[in-house]
Amino acid sequence: MIEDIELEILINEVYEYYGFDFGSYSRASLKRRVNRVFQLDGFTNFPEFLSKVRSDPEYYKRMVDEITVNVTEMFRDPAFYNVLRNQILPLLGTKPFIRLWHAGCSTGEEVYSMAIMLKEAGLLHKSLIYATDINATVLETAKKGIFPLRMMKEYSQNYRDAGGQEDFSSYYTANYGIAKFNGELAEKMVFSQHNLVSDTSFNEFDLILCRNVLIYFDADLQKRVINLFDESLAVLGFLALGTKETIKYSIAPGKYKQLDKDKIWRKLK
Amino acid sequence: MEEIKITSNCKVVIIGGSAGSLNALMQILPELIKINDFALVIVLHRKSTDDQTLEDLITLKSNIKVKSVEDKVPLLPGFIYIAPSNYHLLFEKDGILALDTSEKINYSRPSIDVSFESAAEVYGSSLIGILLSGSNSDGTVGLRAIKEAGGITVAQNPLSAEMPFMPNNAILYSNPDYILNIQEILHFIASINME
Ligand SMILES: C[S@@+](CC[C@H](N)C(=O)[O-])C[C@H]1O[C@@H](n2cnc3c(N)ncnc32)[C@H](O)[C@@H]1O
Repeated sequence: MIEDIELEILINEVYEYYGFDFGSYSRASLKRRVNRVFQLDGFTNFPEFLSKVRSDPEYYKRMVDEITVNVTEMFRDPAFYNVLRNQILPLLGTKPFIRLWHAGCSTGEEVYSMAIMLKEAGLLHKSLIYATDINATVLETAKKGIFPLRMMKEYSQNYRDAGGQEDFSSYYTANYGIAKFNGELAEKMVFSQHNLVSDTSFNEFDLILCRNVLIYFDADLQKRVINLFDESLAVLGFLALGTKETIKYSIAPGKYKQLDKDKIWRKLK
Repeated sequence: MEEIKITSNCKVVIIGGSAGSLNALMQILPELIKINDFALVIVLHRKSTDDQTLEDLITLKSNIKVKSVEDKVPLLPGFIYIAPSNYHLLFEKDGILALDTSEKINYSRPSIDVSFESAAEVYGSSLIGILLSGSNSDGTVGLRAIKEAGGITVAQNPLSAEMPFMPNNAILYSNPDYILNIQEILHFIASINME
């Protein structure tokens, strides 16, 4: 197990050697994750671990992949997707062209869920979905649109709970334990690496989703990232966060209006 | 029953439970008039769709105010906090709560072990951990961590538990300070920080 002070040393060294700044990540989670890869990879003392991270860029990459939490689901929180389907998409549908950004998209389950809803609303053809993450490995999976077949039972239940009426299995082909989602869904997706800590705004969007990413950041970084979203959002566009996240502490009151109790805010000015 | 030595510097009491624990909690919480200078954190296994239901139920039945757990809310004495479903609940050094969606531990998210271990790191000897009924082994490792960090640990008496496996497992492998039935747990919590 590594000590608090060792975690700080690791953060500093990673910044110095690789330029990546974990300094504003929430410590409780970060420490658990670092301890996890430390143990998983059989390290017994910190200096040895640190020197491996410093001297071996491949290992550094593995460490970053392992400490970022990539757990995701299709139609996670069906109630949230219900609101998207019934309240947000009809508003976006009046536009000639819809730009969406999934920030911290992980392996893409959320992005495919969105594409399915856009398709069902008859909007996919005029949408463009940017999906970004800091972790290149998860983006590779996301591009392929291949998810474990054993998850489909749960996902199709989520899909139905989220108001889906079609036969969920018509969206993928099952094969040897995997579910490959129809290529048609991916046609409007653009995946790329983007670091919310250090990269800037790259387009203007009508809907930005960043769910369960901010929980890993401290209050200060949350504020910066929400400002980045603000810069990237069109007036009257929407920002959607995870069920336990808020913009309350980051944005001047009156600038955004929250939809009921849901974690979706509309930019007013 | 063994003589109970209550410390006077308890900052956090954390209760973990799984199957059968809600009934136990419903015999305890409505009877508590107030909690003395500590925060009461509840980590229960349940279906992810039951989130609001549990919070509403406890809010309704308890005299003590329930604060909704959201990312980075401060943990304040005198309130009840309930770990939301589908997240692990963690404790930051500066007294705020943090959430994490990482892999399930012991088939559970929230996992009792994860919260117990995290609280133990931050609160050490000012933490009390209580493990209730359940049929899963979650909580044992966490109780051990609380004990090692100098905190006090309690397992529900398996004879009084709807599902004895979880407290039993903790008794076998974590040697808790006290083994109490439901009424005793109630008195125990009521007497914390009372001197
Ligand atoms: C728990 S997943 C969330 C996935 C999905 N949005 C959901 O809610 O199911 C968090 C993701 O945030 C990504 N992430 C962490 N730090 C990041 C950063 N600085 N920039 C961009 N993405 C980041 C992780 O790689 C991970 O894939």
